[in-house]
Amino acid sequence: MSAFWTLLKRDLLLQVREGGAVGTALGFYLVVVTMMPLGLGPDLNLLSRIAPGVLWIALLLSALLSLPRIFEADDEDGSLEVIATGDLPLELATAAKALAHWISTGIPLALLAPVLGLLLNLELSAYPVLVATMLAGTPAISFLGAVGAALTLRVRRGGLLLALLVLPLYIPTLIFGIAAISAATGGPSGFQASFLILSAISLFSLVIGPVAAAAAIRFQTQ
Amino acid sequence: MTKAAMNPQQSLTQRLANPTRFMELSGRVLPWLAAAAALLIAYALYLVFFVAPDDYQQGQTVKIMFIHVPAAWLGMLGYALIAVSSFGYLVFRHPLADVSAKAAAPLGAAFTFLALATGSLWGKPMWGTYWVWDARLTSMLILLFLYFGLMALRSAIEDDALAGKLCAVLGLVGVSILPIIKFSVDWWNTLHQPASVIRLDGPTIHPDLLWPLLYSAVGFSLLFFALHTKGMRNEILRRRLRSLTMAEVDRARTVSATAAAE
Amino acid sequence: MRLAIEHLVVDRGARRIVDGLSFAVVAGDALVLVGPNGAGKTTVIRTVAGLIGAAGGTIALEGGDADKELPAQAHYIGHLNALKPSLTVEENLRFWADYLGAGAAASIDEALAAFDLEPLASIPAGYLSAGQKRRACLARLIATPRPLWLLDEPTVSLDAASVRLLAECVAQHLAGGGLVLAATHIPLGLARERRLELSAARSAAA
Repeated sequence: MSAFWTLLKRDLLLQVREGGAVGTALGFYLVVVTMMPLGLGPDLNLLSRIAPGVLWIALLLSALLSLPRIFEADDEDGSLEVIATGDLPLELATAAKALAHWISTGIPLALLAPVLGLLLNLELSAYPVLVATMLAGTPAISFLGAVGAALTLRVRRGGLLLALLVLPLYIPTLIFGIAAISAATGGPSGFQASFLILSAISLFSLVIGPVAAAAAIRFQTQ
Repeated sequence: MTKAAMNPQQSLTQRLANPTRFMELSGRVLPWLAAAAALLIAYALYLVFFVAPDDYQQGQTVKIMFIHVPAAWLGMLGYALIAVSSFGYLVFRHPLADVSAKAAAPLGAAFTFLALATGSLWGKPMWGTYWVWDARLTSMLILLFLYFGLMALRSAIEDDALAGKLCAVLGLVGVSILPIIKFSVDWWNTLHQPASVIRLDGPTIHPDLLWPLLYSAVGFSLLFFALHTKGMRNEILRRRLRSLTMAEVDRARTVSATAAAE
Repeated sequence: MRLAIEHLVVDRGARRIVDGLSFAVVAGDALVLVGPNGAGKTTVIRTVAGLIGAAGGTIALEGGDADKELPAQAHYIGHLNALKPSLTVEENLRFWADYLGAGAAASIDEALAAFDLEPLASIPAGYLSAGQKRRACLARLIATPRPLWLLDEPTVSLDAASVRLLAECVAQHLAGGGLVLAATHIPLGLARERRLELSAARSAAA
């Protein structure tokens, strides 16, 4: 298991040293959310009503930008092949890398969401719920995204294809993520049910993501 | 030199051993399958237009149902077929399974699209608009996206064998998430819309309408399988042609290498 | 310890690259694969490393650790250096030692010394020249002890002095009972070095 933490630690260190990716995702998130009132008009009532949806969709798009990097750099410099000769099963290695993506991208995006909520006039009472929901939902984005990143690893200009493959898989996360926040602001559904289902979806992708991603990588290094 | 030239050919025939039997069998079955599909669909259409009564509420638009329901069913069957084929390819490494998965994707997408198109045509007189975010229509739309993803991934990878394996992974991931997507869309739909939307294929259906629907469903299913078989045959022929071309390239290389050595 | 390869068959796409190749490497022995481009040297090494699935035949490390897969007992040095430009040489080395070693005593200093990397230890790998990067990559061999070394063109972009450093390391590894399977154009100048002509082996098997 120590190899798992070693890999996770290295990926996080690389994120800190190379920077860029996280900053770009955060900047993109900010810009996309800003575009919404400009496109829909500055009606605060409307904005506060659609805020959960806008925050979630923009978060998905921002996370999508950083997905290709999960495996790309390691594939280009040959690290991925050496990682494959380690004691650690490739499934756990992909899990470590997806986890690093969640920590370095998912968490910062989730923490930025309340700030952007201010721009959209989201009710103040919804803020703790917003952060909790996004923290519970974003693992699915990283772990299902890892599958897409692994599948398109050697595809030229794979980023667009990645979006096409992965976005439909995010629909359950999107639906229950928005439902959980809406519930806290007086929406029609119960908060607990949506939040638990959202967590269940994340746990499910925690299992299926690394296995599928490892299979896809094995097929491609051969 | 002769041995080097022989070897790839031998492995070639080995690899085509099973597909060869498939080609023989499917060649014999396909005409019957196609004829049965044509007859059944023709009979179903006759029943629909000349025998079955119009719905007292929906009028003539109810006739759309006889294409819409089979198309929706085949759209889903297509993905199930891909999932089973993907499993067969990854676990048993059977080359025919990949051929089957590849042939099923555009067919499933076509029927899913047909279901969506007929659904929206039916929706115009019934709902007053071409598109309503009905749970079933939304699920079908997402299914269409999954088909698009599979086809796009396959076309993006040049190496056929690799493309097959990666599509199989994607197919299995897709089929394991599909129920969750279906569940979440249903849940989302009941959350946002009153359940008063008229169902296209409700549980109560007049028996005069049921029989034509059944004939139509079986007829279109046979059509699906006929097209799928034809698609598989085309794919096998395409792969054979490519193997022959590559063997030709190998032979040319060996000959030029020998000539250079001499 | 003995690496035994029997009747190995490897396909790449529709082509058969390796057809019925058999050979063995015993402890203290180095086997160098030679042959023209496309003879399958890289393919054989990658197959032994577990990066390519064999279509037939067996690969076994007799007398190795029964609990570990063969790739986990081997060092694979490929064409790429597997270095992160933003990490220093020492950090790169430490990562691989920790990741591949998984608990085994890692000797970073020894590895740095073996390839004359001490002056470069705290410099990010991105600043290094091609030859220096290659040495930093090869230092992985020393940092984590593993019995089988799979070296695919290890001397690429190394100067004569560095090749000598590598040869010393290989000789020491062999003296300690290690095994080496290599593909190289530049002779390593080892005492006990067998050569296997790959295209010849292929047609003999056929």
